[in-house]
Amino acid sequence: MRFMPVILAVLMVFALPAHAEAPPEFYDFDTQAEEQRFRNLIAELRCPKCQNQNIADSNAPISKDMRDQVYLMMQAGATNDEIVGSLVDRFGEFVKYKPPVDRRTIVLWAFPAIAVFGGLLIVAGVVLRSRGRDSNGPALSPEEKARVEQMLADKDQSSRS
Amino acid sequence: MYPELGQLALIIALLLAVLLSVVPLAGAATGRDSLQAFARPLSTGMFVFTGLSFAVLTHAFMVDDFSVAYVANNSNSMLPWYYKFSAVWGGHEGSLLLWILMLAGWTLAVAVFSRKLPSTMVSQVLSVMGMICVGFFLFIIVTSNPFDRLLPNIPADGSDLNPLLQDIGLILHPPMLYMGYVGFSVAFAFAIAALINGKLDAAWARWSRPWTTVAWAFLTLGIALGSWWAYYELGWGGWWFWDPVENASLLPWLSGTALMHSLAVTEKRGVFKSWTVLLAIVTFSLSLLGAFLVRSGVLTSVHSFANDPERGTFLLALLGITVVASLTLYAFRAPVVHVRSRYGSLSREIFLLLNNVLLVAATMLVAIGTLYPLVLDYLNLGKLSIGEPFFNATFSPMAVAAGLLLGAGIFSRWKRTDGGWLARKLLWPLAVSVLATTAVMLVYGSFAPWAFAGVFTAVWVTMATVWDLWDKSASKKGRWYGLKRQSRSYYGMVLGHLGLAMVIAGATVVSNYGIERDVRMVPGGSAEVGDYTVVFNYIGERQGANFRAEYGEFDVFLDGKQVASLHPEKRHYPVGMSVMTEAAIDAGLFRDVFIAIGERISDEAWAIRLQYKPLVRWLWLGSLIMAIGGFLAISDKRYRIRVRSEAKDTASTGEASAAGSKAAEANA
Amino acid sequence: MRRVMLFVPLVVALVVGILLASGIGKDPSELESALIGKPVPEFNLENLREPGEMLDQSLFRGEVSLLNVWAEWCPACWDEHEDLMWLANEKGVRIIGLNYKDQKENAFRFLGRLGDPYQTIIFDPRGTLGFDLGVYGAPETFVIDARGVVLYRHVGVVNERVWEEILLPVMNQAKGNS
Repeated sequence: MRFMPVILAVLMVFALPAHAEAPPEFYDFDTQAEEQRFRNLIAELRCPKCQNQNIADSNAPISKDMRDQVYLMMQAGATNDEIVGSLVDRFGEFVKYKPPVDRRTIVLWAFPAIAVFGGLLIVAGVVLRSRGRDSNGPALSPEEKARVEQMLADKDQSSRS
Repeated sequence: MYPELGQLALIIALLLAVLLSVVPLAGAATGRDSLQAFARPLSTGMFVFTGLSFAVLTHAFMVDDFSVAYVANNSNSMLPWYYKFSAVWGGHEGSLLLWILMLAGWTLAVAVFSRKLPSTMVSQVLSVMGMICVGFFLFIIVTSNPFDRLLPNIPADGSDLNPLLQDIGLILHPPMLYMGYVGFSVAFAFAIAALINGKLDAAWARWSRPWTTVAWAFLTLGIALGSWWAYYELGWGGWWFWDPVENASLLPWLSGTALMHSLAVTEKRGVFKSWTVLLAIVTFSLSLLGAFLVRSGVLTSVHSFANDPERGTFLLALLGITVVASLTLYAFRAPVVHVRSRYGSLSREIFLLLNNVLLVAATMLVAIGTLYPLVLDYLNLGKLSIGEPFFNATFSPMAVAAGLLLGAGIFSRWKRTDGGWLARKLLWPLAVSVLATTAVMLVYGSFAPWAFAGVFTAVWVTMATVWDLWDKSASKKGRWYGLKRQSRSYYGMVLGHLGLAMVIAGATVVSNYGIERDVRMVPGGSAEVGDYTVVFNYIGERQGANFRAEYGEFDVFLDGKQVASLHPEKRHYPVGMSVMTEAAIDAGLFRDVFIAIGERISDEAWAIRLQYKPLVRWLWLGSLIMAIGGFLAISDKRYRIRVRSEAKDTASTGEASAAGSKAAEANA
Repeated sequence: MRRVMLFVPLVVALVVGILLASGIGKDPSELESALIGKPVPEFNLENLREPGEMLDQSLFRGEVSLLNVWAEWCPACWDEHEDLMWLANEKGVRIIGLNYKDQKENAFRFLGRLGDPYQTIIFDPRGTLGFDLGVYGAPETFVIDARGVVLYRHVGVVNERVWEEILLPVMNQAKGNS
């Protein structure tokens, strides 16, 4: 069992497609870091057939095939980009949960910065505009004051009904 | 015979809703008290008949009436009785009936608890709620009748409730969630009423606040329950997936939080009125959007009900009419008058405005991330997926920023806060936070920038909240007196913020320091996860109520001492022919140990998933504390004062009176 | 704040509404193939009918054809098979079969009961070619041109409507181009 990775690596060199050997029953890793890397990869890849699940959580046969592919390519020394790329080449961008950063998605990725910055500008505007204002306005004249008092008394009456 | 009664009751309720939409509103417009007096009895009647309909459906489930199609599709004679009860809302039609029942319930609650409000206001609010009810009654009667029959070929037995739903989670989560979603319709109705009658003032904000807060509290509970349920039910240890349906519940929550805070400013200072009204409309619109997304099939989700274009179209029309009508009313009737008020750049108003900016930005982020795949598909630019990696990267910084702002904002004063004073106040909390966060990093054994940021934010919020409480409760008559003197509203805020800190702490720690392992185990073998050793004793079999299960016995050891014995299962449900993984969890306040059985690798060996989840319970405990804070806040005595004093208060909030308002201003 | 600004939320809502309306009725899980415009991946698999004879991607050269991914265990494949027989016999379409993750006895049993519309059948017991083609659920049908380039992938059963509206136009265009 220990020699499996070595055998696989050797086969990788000679075999053309990545399917020369039987799928692994269980994913063995040499280090904790490798196990974590695998876990991270399969959490970010989407099962093309399921109702929104990553291939880590999904029981679908295609998910198993994809996990196998990730594992085998990891054992063969591929980088994360190469692994994800091989799946995207076959199944499309849909299987990546992290959207690419390109012309289509620049609005999406930049949005938080835009929104927060825009919000800050608005708040700054509110503060600055309020500075130009006198706090309480001119004082009420005695007649105006009496009118206000009368109006409040009327409101008192009407809201009790 | 029976089920048709349920249908009849719905139709009668619809008629009452139509009357409720029209009569009191006409009464308010023409000033006729006699018409307005119909509001309360109509609300009561509508609730009674909706309740009757719900009771009929429940009865059909409890007696296994499989002539009703909905019962046949969602139940089974072997189902335990408590799941038969919750199966009533296990599918689209029944859950919609639950939604409508809640809507009628909230309408009745408004009718009952608003005796102190001017009758025109009450009439308008109830009429608006009646209109919303009309829309939903039409939806259920026309497209989603739960009482459709399967005559004459009554099935011998039902197709069973999905095993994933045979759980206490189904009993609790949807009702709480709907109470929240539907509860925001009250704030919405108040906003529309204010736009109609033009009286958009601090009094309106005061009346709206308790309704908004309690809806928010229920929604918090509902979302937390959903997360908790997914965690132990699905067997993967995940608690949030940024799935479109989950996002759909988060949107009104974020917006509702902004609304709660904005209402505070409008009530206290009479400013930001147009903004608050807009938030009230938007929050409920987001609730409706959520309902649409779950039931229309437009976005793929594990949580969605069956895809049906007819229902999707109807619901979109309902959503569209409500949103377009309310936003049009808003555009024409919302005030644009500049309020003559001045705020310092560090005033409480500005801090709360910044809070709103962050919350609204977060709401828009989640909305855009959820709907973006639709946009690209519409423009034929391909099918993309937007999931956890995107949301975690973009949402977390906003949450951290909001938390940092919270800590500073707690000390801020209305109108003006002195910068130097604020900085001095924050010095101690800052120092303590840095130390405490470093200590946490040491305890968990590693430093990661985002872990530091998250924990720091949580500690910072806690420190600031406690510091402020300490400050405010200082009194010449002693600390206890000072503490008792604070209002329930203040304590509600304290709990709300502490709960939030707990949630942030839990999310940060479990994401950064949690350990997940898939190991190959044979009976007799052992494996490590974190500091824990798990020994696999044996695999056995047992028979359950409506399933057969293989279960494993695992002993968990920490430092040589046994801490738990866990029995995860793989359940086989014969009726639906499905297999379910039941994880076994040793729950603790500071960590969970989580074991789930995977695939059988060979005759002897199994793939076992072991997880160490530090502070995961804080996610849900924190949410519970937040919700309790909300309920506490609305029990504040200010909402129970009598008419006379209320009239006096309404008069005085308009003017900035120097005397006596300092104490009021000190409370949030 | 001017009155006109208050109309912004309404405009946003209308735009979102149009977006949502466009999504109703569409199947969000229908994916376009990532291989469109690319040649059929390299493979080296056994001919189901001729044990020992190996087939590779040159199989597709020379004529525009359909590649139908099927298996005995796939219920929908049973449904669409009659239409495939009609396409092959009545319409003279060249259909290559890809027997996906299946067992030989089951495959032959299936063909014995429902008929054999395939010119050649590739035996892919581990689904390796299926995987390279991005197959995620049977039945799926590809349109492949005379140079062995993938032109289109249809997910789900093939019936008369799918043929008339979707597959035939693609095949005609391919034939027109060659």
